[in-house]
Amino acid sequence: MKIMNILVSAFRALQRNKMRSFLTMLGIIIGVGAVIAMLAIGQGAEYSVKQQISSLGTNVLIVYPGSQQQGGLRMGAGTMTTLTEDDASAIQKECPAVAFVSPGSRSGGQVIAGNMNWATSIEGTGADYFEVRKWPVEYGELYTDQDIKGATKVCILGKTVADNLFPESSPVGQNVRIRNVPFKVIGVLAKKGQNAMGQDQDDIILAPYTTVMRRLSHFPYLRQILVSANSTASIATAQRQISELIRMRHKIAPYDPDDFTIRNQTDLAATATATTEILTILLASIASVSLLVGGIGIMNIMLVSVTERTREIGIRMSVGARGRDILMQFLIEALVLSLLGGIIGIIFGVAGSSAISNIAKWPTIITAFSIILSFGFSIAIGIFFGFYPARKAALLNPIDALRYE
Amino acid sequence: MTGPDQHTPPGNSDGRLIRIDHLVKTYVLGEVEVHALRGASLEVSRGEFAAIMGASGSGKSTFMNILGCLDKPTKGSYVLDDIDVSMLSRDELAQIRNRKIGFVFQGFNLLSRTSAIENVELPLLYCTMSNKERKERAIEALRLVGLGDRIHHYPNQLSGGQQQRVAIARALVNDPSIVLADEPTGNLDSRTSVEVMGIFQELNEKGITILLVTHEPDIAQFAKRHIVFRDGRIRSDKLNSRPRNAAEVLKELPDPELETEP
Repeated sequence: MKIMNILVSAFRALQRNKMRSFLTMLGIIIGVGAVIAMLAIGQGAEYSVKQQISSLGTNVLIVYPGSQQQGGLRMGAGTMTTLTEDDASAIQKECPAVAFVSPGSRSGGQVIAGNMNWATSIEGTGADYFEVRKWPVEYGELYTDQDIKGATKVCILGKTVADNLFPESSPVGQNVRIRNVPFKVIGVLAKKGQNAMGQDQDDIILAPYTTVMRRLSHFPYLRQILVSANSTASIATAQRQISELIRMRHKIAPYDPDDFTIRNQTDLAATATATTEILTILLASIASVSLLVGGIGIMNIMLVSVTERTREIGIRMSVGARGRDILMQFLIEALVLSLLGGIIGIIFGVAGSSAISNIAKWPTIITAFSIILSFGFSIAIGIFFGFYPARKAALLNPIDALRYE
Repeated sequence: MTGPDQHTPPGNSDGRLIRIDHLVKTYVLGEVEVHALRGASLEVSRGEFAAIMGASGSGKSTFMNILGCLDKPTKGSYVLDDIDVSMLSRDELAQIRNRKIGFVFQGFNLLSRTSAIENVELPLLYCTMSNKERKERAIEALRLVGLGDRIHHYPNQLSGGQQQRVAIARALVNDPSIVLADEPTGNLDSRTSVEVMGIFQELNEKGITILLVTHEPDIAQFAKRHIVFRDGRIRSDKLNSRPRNAAEVLKELPDPELETEP
């Protein structure tokens, strides 16, 4: 029997029981729609987490000084005064896996520009900071190694700071006073938005770390050293090289603990991504349970249909249908049900996801993968759950089938 | 192997269409063995119109099922059109049914909610044929049984006699070697029965071989040969020297009220 003829007769058979066919398909429609929507939500979450993590910069390592200990009292990370500018330049010179180094110092306070003022934190950085964090200026320019060496009083404003201090005019070229020290604004950073913890990353002023140390914090040690590795693959190597170098420079005896900490952003990224991946898988698995139930619905209806149409099967066999012709007929009916259900389900899933992102403001992403996956799933379900009833039909004895009342 | 059941066919001895030798069919129902056929032998030539008669339980239905390749014999051989079909597989039997056999059943066995032409096309769906040729052959078969004007009617829009004619058209559409009719008049009133027998006689005159199972002696009278079954064996096999002519019988039937045309 030609495939075209089988298809036509399958559609006819399904048309004869429109309500039943629709209800059977509904199981698949809901299943596929749910899988698509859940994957969209999961992948949307995954994407936004990845986005936030990549805003930290790529291949980034951060070296913090260790905690200070006075008697039995430990003071917390970063309190030890061990990291120096020389450590930073040694890392740059002696660790081959390291691409860029930006020493960091920190201060904070009230910033005044004209009649406006704003409290923010002041981040002292090296000239490579912008490279490490992949953070360009929106307009204006960056400070250079010359500015670092000369500890010039220049600064770059974060977008939030710029908007608050200079609501109407361009800040570039103007002066701001940070704790009464005048700084010249040379640029405004591109907007970066919130970080993974929900903090506004644009509420910041960047200045050469030397200037911040000498003019503002008056603290001669570094708060941190921001390092970027050559590549993602060399992060671990860079971490080991830095660790060995600093232990040597700080003359730490073997088996004594480090007086510094190296944090690896990639670990954080991997953990966060893995978490959202698990979320996606979990959501999709729950949704695919409904797809499975839909498949069982198809099997159920096909079994009923085979019993109801036993006589028809007998007639077809008596005029020459072979077992495989009958098998194909019922298998294709099941397949048509699941495929149509799958296609409608995809439409509903896509519409549902965009409704979710519009109403609940959740990010949703529909990938070709999730559509292909659920489409493939519905084909597989049609074949899997259609096969048993179809086989049952194909194995009927023509005499018994003809006599069936 | 000369037993009492061995029969030589009446009529011409060349062009044997069916050669059945010592057919045995035994069903096992739980512990009990049921001997439906105990060694039936028969030869049928092309162009015959034979009636198979017998009480229920005589084995005639089992014989018909094997003849129609719907069932396989336990023992014995069955050669149809020079093909030994007694040992064929399920699929091969399906092909034989498709190419060489046309069935007409007591209950018509049409697909409901399927038009007359689609019912007639059904056997052609299981062999390779273009849609156009299939349609043409189906229309031709429906014309042959006098339903050329009702090809798109559904079974529920047709009278019993017309439904049986659709079934006959379906049996003919594949140019079968033999038409097997199992109690074709069992569900019809007497006038319609005669009409249907008239169609069979017309077809037989065109050279189509027909085997008819019936328990009504009146109906058997239209056939040219009478084969009687009893207890799984053929008890008698005689030529009917003066078969009734359906067309004449119809003329004599006085009552036009029994007209079944709607």
